[in-house]
Amino acid sequence: MIESLARLKRHAAAPWAGAAIVALALLALPFALAAVGTAWVRITNLAILFVFLSLGLNIVVGFAGLLDLGYIAFYAVGAYVYALLASPHFNLHLPFWIILPIGAAIAALFGVLLGAPTLKLRGDYLAIVTLGFGEIVRIFLNNLSRPVNITNGPQGIARIDPFRLGELSFSRHEAWLGLEFSGPIKYYYLLLAVLLGIIVINLRLQNSRIGRAWEAIREDEIAARAMGINTRNLKLLAFAMGASFGGVAGGMFSAIQGFISPESFVLVESIMVVSMVVLGGMGNIWGVILGAVLLSFTPEILRWTVDPLQQALFGRSLIEPEVIRMLLFGLALVLIMLFRPAGLLPSAVRKRELTGRTA
Amino acid sequence: MSALLAVDGVSKRFGGLQALEGISFAIEEREIYGLIGPNGAGKTTLFNVLTGVYAANAGAFTFLGQNITGLPPHRIACAGIARTFQNIRLFANLSALENVMIGRHPRTRAGVLAAVVRSKRTAQEERAIERRALELLDYVGIRARANDRAGSLPYGDQRRLEIARALATEPKLLALDEPAAGMNPAERLALGKLVRQIRADGVTVLLIEHDVRLVMNVCDRVLVLDYGEKIAEGTAAQVQRDPKVIEAYLGAPRAA
Repeated sequence: MIESLARLKRHAAAPWAGAAIVALALLALPFALAAVGTAWVRITNLAILFVFLSLGLNIVVGFAGLLDLGYIAFYAVGAYVYALLASPHFNLHLPFWIILPIGAAIAALFGVLLGAPTLKLRGDYLAIVTLGFGEIVRIFLNNLSRPVNITNGPQGIARIDPFRLGELSFSRHEAWLGLEFSGPIKYYYLLLAVLLGIIVINLRLQNSRIGRAWEAIREDEIAARAMGINTRNLKLLAFAMGASFGGVAGGMFSAIQGFISPESFVLVESIMVVSMVVLGGMGNIWGVILGAVLLSFTPEILRWTVDPLQQALFGRSLIEPEVIRMLLFGLALVLIMLFRPAGLLPSAVRKRELTGRTA
Repeated sequence: MSALLAVDGVSKRFGGLQALEGISFAIEEREIYGLIGPNGAGKTTLFNVLTGVYAANAGAFTFLGQNITGLPPHRIACAGIARTFQNIRLFANLSALENVMIGRHPRTRAGVLAAVVRSKRTAQEERAIERRALELLDYVGIRARANDRAGSLPYGDQRRLEIARALATEPKLLALDEPAAGMNPAERLALGKLVRQIRADGVTVLLIEHDVRLVMNVCDRVLVLDYGEKIAEGTAAQVQRDPKVIEAYLGAPRAA
């Protein structure tokens, strides 16, 4: 019996079968969520966007070891590039498959812009400069409405075009094969496809010459240079790559929401993304994904459960749901960091770092 | 005969401290060249100037006939000078194998696009990197430790790993900064053997060392520094008899 189980496990098809089950579950997920409420599909879409952001930030923080507290700025850049090129604001309506690469490229440019002056900084010092950078971008977005109105200031940009492919618009409700495809569900599948691509890119980058060079820089910059690694270029590359992921995520956010304003890109969002990376397991792609999904869903789940739970237990609402929700959320973060300091799914390297202190 | 590395009048000053004063010497191909001197003589400073960590205030040096003065460290590594560090600088949290694989960086090409597309050529390059790294671990005698965290290796093995990592860059000149520091006599003996083997395989070695016996055993020629100046150069036997060297190490004979 045990033998046959072991044989089953060793069977070459086993991982494929597992992947197939996960894939089917992911494909069926939006319909299950839609049955509960379309809001949950939207929440899931936002969670996937945060997975993009976390994976992008993971390149900078997890791979290259450069702490970036202003990462949301690249998300903002991508979002505004999309909003400006596909809305009535400038009366431009370019298709998304042109804008997304432009947004990624401009975000990458901003990444280099942030990276270049901070090449010699590390740790706390770098964190402070990047934090300032994030704020600068937000403040610019808030104020670039005069003398020439570029960003429309704090009012933000509305009526942003949804994604359109020929006749197919992602915002319309449609029924195919007897299934109801609402806008969010269509976006969900698109996001899932992009996510797959981003995961593949990340996995391949990590186990490559470039990924190893980033790790070398994180571990010891002087030794990395002595190994022929051009640390300046590779750090800029890390910033640019990470930023371009943020740019793509921003563009998709713009299209999905249909409205953006500087308020969506505040410091708390940057901190949130850093938390996702650290809590999930810096440097481990699956850990980072888990971190992003958990931190995206937990506040929402608490939002829907805290109040009914109080009603059921005490017959009335003792504490404001909004207060206790963030309290529980913070508590969860503290507990996870206390009991799993390397993250929920630590990378092999971090695990070694925290347990292998035999040297 | 043209020298592999020709150093001409290199000086380095740190504020008011003259760390190196007009140092000139030449290393021939396939020799083991020793660099000794009392503490603070400027050995490591010279090393750091030659490997691009510090910029020289004066002087120039050529490597394989090419002027490499003032190049940044990574360009010097690409040119063919690899080094180890006096206070070991391994990528401590990576495995021994990964450390050596990183050393292959300047001799491989795959960029971001190649990594993402992972063409046949990139996959082949990756396999070649791993194969070569394992060979080098075998060469320095720590293959069994390939998957251990570099920082958890015993001290002597860390030194060996640094040498393997440096060799992975395919240097013409391997510069070792006090490789025997902290080693026991048996380990030193083995290290001497390894250094000779490296030379036999066609790599020139520049060796900074405190352990005089090791230097005298393995080096063809020795340069002696004291207070940033060259005070002697020659074969081990010549240098050992040089009164200036004896004075630098043991102090001046007391005036009667």
